[in-house]
Amino acid sequence: MLLASFGSSSHLFSHLWQTVLPDYIINTLLLGVLVVCLSLAFGIFSAAFIVHTNVFSKKFLRWLLLLPLAMPAYLVAYLYTDMFDYAGPIQRILRGWFGWQSPEDYWFFDIRTLPGAAIVISLVLFPYVYMLARTAFEQQDQTLLRAGRLLGLTTKQSFFKLALPLARPAIAVSASLVLMETLADFATVNYFAVNTLTTAIYDTWLGYGELATANALASILMLIIFFVVVAEQRARVGQSHQSNRPNQHIEIIKLSFIQQFFVSGFCWCLVLAGFLFPFILLVIMAIEYSDLAQLTKLITPSINSLEVSFYAATIATTLALLFSLYRRLSINKWRILPITVAGFGYAVPGTVLAMALLATFGPLDHYMNDLAEHFQLNPPGLVLSGTIFAIVFAFVVRFAAIANGTISSGIEQIPHSIDHAPASLGVGLGGMLSKVHLPILKPSILVAWLLVFVESMKELPAALLLRPFNFETLSIQIYQLISDEILEQGALSAILIVLLGLVPIIWLNRSKELT
Amino acid sequence: MRKTPFIKKSLLLIFASLSFISSPLVQASDEVNVYSYRQAFLVKPLFNKFTEQTGVKVNVIFAKKGMAERLAREGKHSPADILLTTDISRLIELHDRDLLQAYRSKALLDNIPSQYRAKDNSWYALTTRVRNIYSAKHLGAINFNYEDLADSKYKGKICTRSGKHAYNIALVASMIAEHGKAETLVWLEKFKANLARKPQGNDRGQVQAIHQNLCDISLGNSYYFGKMLTNEKQKVWTDAVYINFPNQENRGAHVNISGMGMAKYAPNKKNAQALMEFLITKDAQKLYAETNMEYPVRTDVMPSKLVASWGNFKADSLPLETIAKHRKEALKLIDKAKFDL
Repeated sequence: MLLASFGSSSHLFSHLWQTVLPDYIINTLLLGVLVVCLSLAFGIFSAAFIVHTNVFSKKFLRWLLLLPLAMPAYLVAYLYTDMFDYAGPIQRILRGWFGWQSPEDYWFFDIRTLPGAAIVISLVLFPYVYMLARTAFEQQDQTLLRAGRLLGLTTKQSFFKLALPLARPAIAVSASLVLMETLADFATVNYFAVNTLTTAIYDTWLGYGELATANALASILMLIIFFVVVAEQRARVGQSHQSNRPNQHIEIIKLSFIQQFFVSGFCWCLVLAGFLFPFILLVIMAIEYSDLAQLTKLITPSINSLEVSFYAATIATTLALLFSLYRRLSINKWRILPITVAGFGYAVPGTVLAMALLATFGPLDHYMNDLAEHFQLNPPGLVLSGTIFAIVFAFVVRFAAIANGTISSGIEQIPHSIDHAPASLGVGLGGMLSKVHLPILKPSILVAWLLVFVESMKELPAALLLRPFNFETLSIQIYQLISDEILEQGALSAILIVLLGLVPIIWLNRSKELT
Repeated sequence: MRKTPFIKKSLLLIFASLSFISSPLVQASDEVNVYSYRQAFLVKPLFNKFTEQTGVKVNVIFAKKGMAERLAREGKHSPADILLTTDISRLIELHDRDLLQAYRSKALLDNIPSQYRAKDNSWYALTTRVRNIYSAKHLGAINFNYEDLADSKYKGKICTRSGKHAYNIALVASMIAEHGKAETLVWLEKFKANLARKPQGNDRGQVQAIHQNLCDISLGNSYYFGKMLTNEKQKVWTDAVYINFPNQENRGAHVNISGMGMAKYAPNKKNAQALMEFLITKDAQKLYAETNMEYPVRTDVMPSKLVASWGNFKADSLPLETIAKHRKEALKLIDKAKFDL
């Protein structure tokens, strides 16, 4: 992509700079900051409440708070803008009740604004923070917290001064995931009529037909993210904490009635707004507009979605594991490189990534075909760029950051002393990894697999562009209906995406409970 | 000397396994492959009919963003035979990037008016659609010109989707062709000042907003009127509006097209030609225009009853290639006016 951005047009760039680009950049930064702050607030507090208090219905909330992950952001955006718009049912009902006639008669928040977009995006992205923060809180060395308490810290102080800083690596990883996902997004902000840098990328490419300039803009976007992530890592150089006492008893704070009301209210609101409410809307639509005949049409797309997501999740997790272990165990000074580089795919908008893949695999395919012709063999066709290989590859590149982040923050929790113990007992590298590291990492590996799987189920732009003939996934079906402005008929596919995404979440949660 | 057969053997093995993976890509001769900017369900009924008549199977991929890019990257190994698009700009893009091949056919030339096809026969329109003005019924019958969108008497009364949507860009390009750049920019700025809300949503959403008294005037393509009329939930929205054909007393209403072209490296050329000629037959024209409530490009085929009931209109006779030429300039002006911000 960087290579492709050479030859970009400085003329167009200066036109954009003089007109809309400054606004886009401000919007992008504001959106990024708002979404990260909101997701952190939602995710950290809910995780802390679940781990450290006896919040009402904790057993359910523990996994219910993960469910918004299964909701594609573009879908939630569509549903919410539709719902809270001036012409939407909520405002219509209010106007009916109070006899208001026009927008001048009353005030209602405008959903299609930057804050509106930020809130809705945070509602579907906060589970990343919640999930990683919760795992971190649970695996923390509880004796430290107890020691703090003995030294006179209040509960609040011990959380903010000990538990939170200790969880910082995991929280930082999740925050950077949220940031990247937000900045790479196009469809969602589009519904909110908010123009960001991705708007500029699409405009320059599709409107002005200047792919090179579009690539240059995408590179700027990646640079911004790169600096944020590096700055964060720099800021915590020298801080490290490893726990070798997992699974100890965690102290639970008993909440008073009023506290209970607010705390469980907070958690339930998140579940309601991020999952239940949009899901119920979908079910109502499905009941109103769908029939069983539609369901049979969804079987093939469902299988396709599952197949592609399964491959992507498995490959991404395996690679992440290899990269993380390499970084941990190698003494090469570039050992950190593979995992860092692999992480940036997440910040690239899906369509831009798809373009970059076409640019890479296209020539390779051509070369192979030419070679085949040269030897008078049957040319294989576009095996790389024209099959599901390209889609799986795109998903792996795009979601590698999720798998890497999850697994490496898991590895960081393993004390270095463990690396040396088996060696001193005469066990080889292979034996050490399979007997020591992998079992310890099992929860992180499962989480990574799950996250990539769920994201792949939802992914749209890359799948749309790279798919072969007659290959449809659920998200593609929904897109076709949304773009013809009739989401109602796509409600069934949407429900299927969500349900299929739920299966691994629930299964994962159960298997974790067992261990 | 002894090495060559070995290399050849191993290559054979590799390619044999590769073609196994890619088996769905290998073309049977009785197929034709379509890259479509149009939704699959809009074109499926038509293709089924074609298959019925000729026995040729039609494979379709639907996508919008990046279709041209994909085709360009695939180059001479591309499986695509036919490209179906909406909006003239996409046809012109394909043409300008040398991704189309000319096909001269009497059937096509005889039946498609010259303003709706390429001079070099590389693309042809199949249907036309008008960029209409929808107006609130309480305004009564109005005689509206696109120029009136800038009239200050409509301050706070106009709704539209993003200025950068292809349909609006084409309209702005036609304004540039008529009035020149400077005047069009002024028009855009005044138009923006008249908006009831930031440009958002889609064409149907604007009619819904009129129905809810948020604004009085909106821009929208003709076929959306038909689609709303036949949608249970959206039918009430249309009760609030009239559909108007603008500029009837001067140059005529701005018209855009959906069209087709043959891919430069079409592997199934014969079938592709057959499909193109099929699409312009009377039956196909009727069916195609009816599924999406558009106007058939053939003047001897009537639009559906519903579409015809909106009345006859005068279309702007500006060649589409001229509109396409002003496209980039139009986009720049929209940026300059900060229309969407």
